[in-house]
Amino acid sequence: MQQRPAPDSSSEQAPPSDQPLELSGAEIVIQSLIDQGVETVFGYPGGAVLHIYDALFQRSDQIQHILVRHEQGATHAADGYARASGRCGVCLVTSGPGATNAVTGIATAYMDSIPLVVITGQVPTPVIGSDAFQEVDTVGITRPCVKHNFLVKRREDLAATIAKAFYIAQSGRPGPVVVDVPKDVTDPGIKIPYQFQPELKLRSYQPARKGHLGQIRKALEAMQAAERPVFYTGGGVILGNAAAALTELVQALGYPITSTLMGLGAYPMSDAQFIGMLGMHGTYEANMAMHETDCLIAVGARFDDRVTGKIEHFCPHATIIHIDVDPSSISKNVRVDIPIVGPVETVLADLLGLLRETGTPADRPPALKAWWEQIDAWRKLDCMGYDRASELIKPQFAVETLHRVTKGDLYLTSDVGQHQMFAAQFYPFDKPRRWINSGGLGTMGFGLPAAVGVQLAYPDAQVACISGEASILMCIQELATCKQYALPIKVILLNNGYMGMVRQWQEFFYESRYAHSYVDALPDFVALAESFGHVGLRVEKPGELEAAMQEAFAMRDRFVFLDVVVDPTENVYPMIAAGKGQHEMHLPPTMSQRELA
Amino acid sequence: MRHILSMLVENESGALSRIAGLFSARGYNIESLTVAPTDDPSLSRMTLVTSGNDDIVEQIKKQLNKLIDVVKLLDLSEGPHIERELMMIKLRAQGTNREELKRLTDIFRAKIIDVTEASYVVELTGTSSKLDAFMQAVPEGLITEVVRSGPSGIGRGEKALSL
Ligand SMILES: Cc1cc2nc3c(=O)[nH]c(=O)nc-3n(C[C@H](O)[C@H](O)[C@H](O)COP(=O)(O)OP(=O)(O)OC[C@H]3O[C@@H](n4cnc5c(N)ncnc54)[C@H](O)[C@@H]3O)c2cc1C
Ligand SMILES: Cc1ncc(C[n+]2csc(CCOP(=O)(O)OP(=O)(O)O)c2C)c(N)n1
Ligand SMILES: [Mg+2]
Repeated sequence: MQQRPAPDSSSEQAPPSDQPLELSGAEIVIQSLIDQGVETVFGYPGGAVLHIYDALFQRSDQIQHILVRHEQGATHAADGYARASGRCGVCLVTSGPGATNAVTGIATAYMDSIPLVVITGQVPTPVIGSDAFQEVDTVGITRPCVKHNFLVKRREDLAATIAKAFYIAQSGRPGPVVVDVPKDVTDPGIKIPYQFQPELKLRSYQPARKGHLGQIRKALEAMQAAERPVFYTGGGVILGNAAAALTELVQALGYPITSTLMGLGAYPMSDAQFIGMLGMHGTYEANMAMHETDCLIAVGARFDDRVTGKIEHFCPHATIIHIDVDPSSISKNVRVDIPIVGPVETVLADLLGLLRETGTPADRPPALKAWWEQIDAWRKLDCMGYDRASELIKPQFAVETLHRVTKGDLYLTSDVGQHQMFAAQFYPFDKPRRWINSGGLGTMGFGLPAAVGVQLAYPDAQVACISGEASILMCIQELATCKQYALPIKVILLNNGYMGMVRQWQEFFYESRYAHSYVDALPDFVALAESFGHVGLRVEKPGELEAAMQEAFAMRDRFVFLDVVVDPTENVYPMIAAGKGQHEMHLPPTMSQRELA
Repeated sequence: MRHILSMLVENESGALSRIAGLFSARGYNIESLTVAPTDDPSLSRMTLVTSGNDDIVEQIKKQLNKLIDVVKLLDLSEGPHIERELMMIKLRAQGTNREELKRLTDIFRAKIIDVTEASYVVELTGTSSKLDAFMQAVPEGLITEVVRSGPSGIGRGEKALSL
């Protein structure tokens, strides 16, 4: 994996003497970004940010600006960049419509705890509140979907505010921070002293740095006393870069592990101890293990309702241990027995330290053996079976083929719907930060711009976007961005002609009344891709799929749009209906009901 | 249960709307909210009265603490504390009612702070329940206007909620 150099706080631009730089507000914005180690900014210009764009233009040798085609694309691209690289994503958009267009992307990042700094232009301070041209209350509009936001009213506060924004976005539980900058604050004619302050302390914000050792000891005792333990891990493990520590701990203990949609890849999915994703579209074995466990070890996961199902039926027999850096995640939906507030990375290190002291038994205790036998019996039922003899391309088969063709070495972004679930179920990610999707907000339109961000973070890596014919149209304009920057992304469109996920709910819960879930008047995607200057391919037969994917990925320097015509009626199984218990699953037709009794 | 939460908050323009927004967005109860600057001009002191079961109140406190602008939070209801609320109440005071309202004001150690031929304005400080009791005691139909500050609170003893 290509690793970018860590941001260097002692920037080369820093003046050798103690003499501070004299900069305009616009220059302060750009210098602050450079000093923060930012290499790439995703943005779209407009009146309120023109001073900033001019300053950016003059520093274009030091900071790259990616011109997206819609501000939603800017936020998703910065988000994809952040998810793949672990660094802070940065956007620059204008006031009014620029800011409101960015809101969906900000909310998407917020729900999945992704670090972003979004700089929005604002009308000049003297006219704020007068319904000036392109004025909206950006701070007010974004308040409920940011970790924090600022309106900078004084030029003198600009540098410190941007520094705070980066610190807040990236520390503790990460999240997006908006910095709203009125145009007069960036006036190029007025210069003030600027000094970069890398060290920051805020009296009102002190995220936990270590877990409580007594609690950690107690947790380890409970884990070791358990007979039917299971790890339930989430996005927090990836956000905290704790995949290696998690893998070591899980393997040392020999326990089964399941993950949320957001945590996939933190533990290698192809390893035998991994029992699949859990939740609404999780595996039978993972959900049954959750239901039967006597010790649930939750790591960086937030007990989302897509995971818990009906709370009354959630892990009825378990002692629950929960490691999370955000106290408000703990006991929010489900009461926890042993809470540990702290970053996963340090808490897992402490657990490993204690485990080395106590040591692990050479043989699996008999109870754990019996537990694995039970899990293997559930596994044998093959809850993700599908009709492999189908004449139509099954979406599951398409994802399996994608895995084969890319040899598991892929950054895969996704849109929202059935294709997202099929990808999560059938593409085993063995590394963190490879599976990039919108889980909390479920934002259709995320996939393509997110892939833009990922490809820019890792120019030499294989990057694909799996999408549906409905989702892809929501940010299709970014095909132009891909052209402009020659991004060799591959779009794998699972084209079922329906809003498949909606159609599935209507089939199950509305007696197949398909209200407006049929996407009529679809474009010719091949021609569409070609009109943007890309390569378009279409494939309709299972036998031709692998060759088509090979062909697409062989074009290493081209953006390829692969329109895969799949079975229009396939459903995602298993499925726990909203509000049902985690043991009450809709299972695939291939799985006989008798076997489950 | 009713809880009185006392907070030190950064004295910044957005702080109040963040707190109010949190309560409306998450559907928490907010019975009253008072806020004013302290001896340290960079800080405001806020007293917020809310109610809910233990789990909800726990979550409210965590969510408030999570706001970057909230510097410190104390649940006054967890220890001995003093609670005061100010009320100004306008009463229809004519004929025989005048005497009776005057007597009531004395009993509650309230003050009449404005008088006309037909009305009194009474000022009363105390716990919220004392204020409720006064309003209950006023004969039917005589209250014409009520202004209550919402309670403010402070812990008993030496320990102070400060930085
Ligand atoms: C169509 C669709 C279907 C879905 N179906 C499913 C499904 O079947 N199963 C499923 O699991 N999800 C599903 N989801 C996703 C679901 O909505 C949630 O987004 C997801 O379950 C949340 O994952 P998480 O618990 O890992 O939390 P995240 O949102 O990833 O939150 C991370 C948690 O870790 C904490 N954290 C962050 N950093 C650290 C750190 N350094 N140290 C410690 N803690 C940290 C945070 O405070 C937070 O509590 C679906 C989404 C869609 C759109
Ligand atoms: C912006 C947005 N609008 C609506 C939805 C609700 N929704 C969830 S999945 C879905 C259908 C997606 O269809 P498609 O992209 O074709 O994917 P498929 O399910 O067919 O694989 C819709 C409309 C959403 N998640 N996001
Ligand atoms: Mg579709």
